Amino acid sequence: MRIKHFFVFTGGLLFGFGLAFGGMAKQEIVLSFLQLKDLGLLLLLGASAFVTALTINLVPRVLKGPLLGGEFKRRKRTLSKRTIIGAIIFGIGWGISGQCPGSAWASLGVGNIPVLIGIASMFVGAYIMGRFFS
Amino acid sequence: MFPLGILPYITGGVLIGIGVSHIYITTGLHATQSSFFSTTLSYFSKRPHFQQKEYLDSRGWRTTFAVGVILGAFIYAITLSAEGFFTTSVQWWRLALGGFLVGFGTRLSRGCTSGHGISGLGSLSTTSLYAVITFLVVGILTAMIVQGLGVIP
Repeated sequence: MRIKHFFVFTGGLLFGFGLAFGGMAKQEIVLSFLQLKDLGLLLLLGASAFVTALTINLVPRVLKGPLLGGEFKRRKRTLSKRTIIGAIIFGIGWGISGQCPGSAWASLGVGNIPVLIGIASMFVGAYIMGRFFS
Repeated sequence: MFPLGILPYITGGVLIGIGVSHIYITTGLHATQSSFFSTTLSYFSKRPHFQQKEYLDSRGWRTTFAVGVILGAFIYAITLSAEGFFTTSVQWWRLALGGFLVGFGTRLSRGCTSGHGISGLGSLSTTSLYAVITFLVVGILTAMIVQGLGVIP
């Protein structure tokens, strides 16, 4: 149990370091991407998805299961209206503020205190969704 | 197209991919971000939506993961970052309004830039591909409109 948390934690360190290194922790850089002034974040998304695709699709052919036990499972999501309507609402929020969930935590890590306003608002939004629309 | 160069973006993306891979290979977990809001709310709300098994089972490691992400970014700020710590100049009302829509929308869609973007595309999921195209197009249109209204940055 504790060892699982160790690996999740170290993976989180890499994830957060990579987000900050790649500019995602700065709302200004995210906005300059969405304003199509700097397309670099498309490379960040492509590189991270590519490495992840290699792992998810190739590692289960070599290993029987995760090193700590259990089995490899695919991430299951079925397409529905909620998938797309949710993505539209998320896109509007992203375009207004330059924030998304993971990058908000990374932004806090680089000392961006105002992003706490955004994180608190994300909790409120997630609560309203779960309370009234689930 | 790339005024800051392409190397920081590709390096950052590869590091994120290695982080996700590291967790997948060792634990089999899909390290994604936006579920954290729902799993954490399960500590505070008795509503059935927040008490679903998936959230109760994953809320422990998701908290660990979020702490790792914060500290990983902090380590960047005190080591390789040229300008050290950072404070945004985006107005508080945009952080608040945008944050609310991000929290609501990612949970309705069941994925964000990380869940649909990295893990979803990495899983070759068409559902996630549609979600990614949608939030990219809408995000770009919204940012253009906000800029067009004279709101800076």
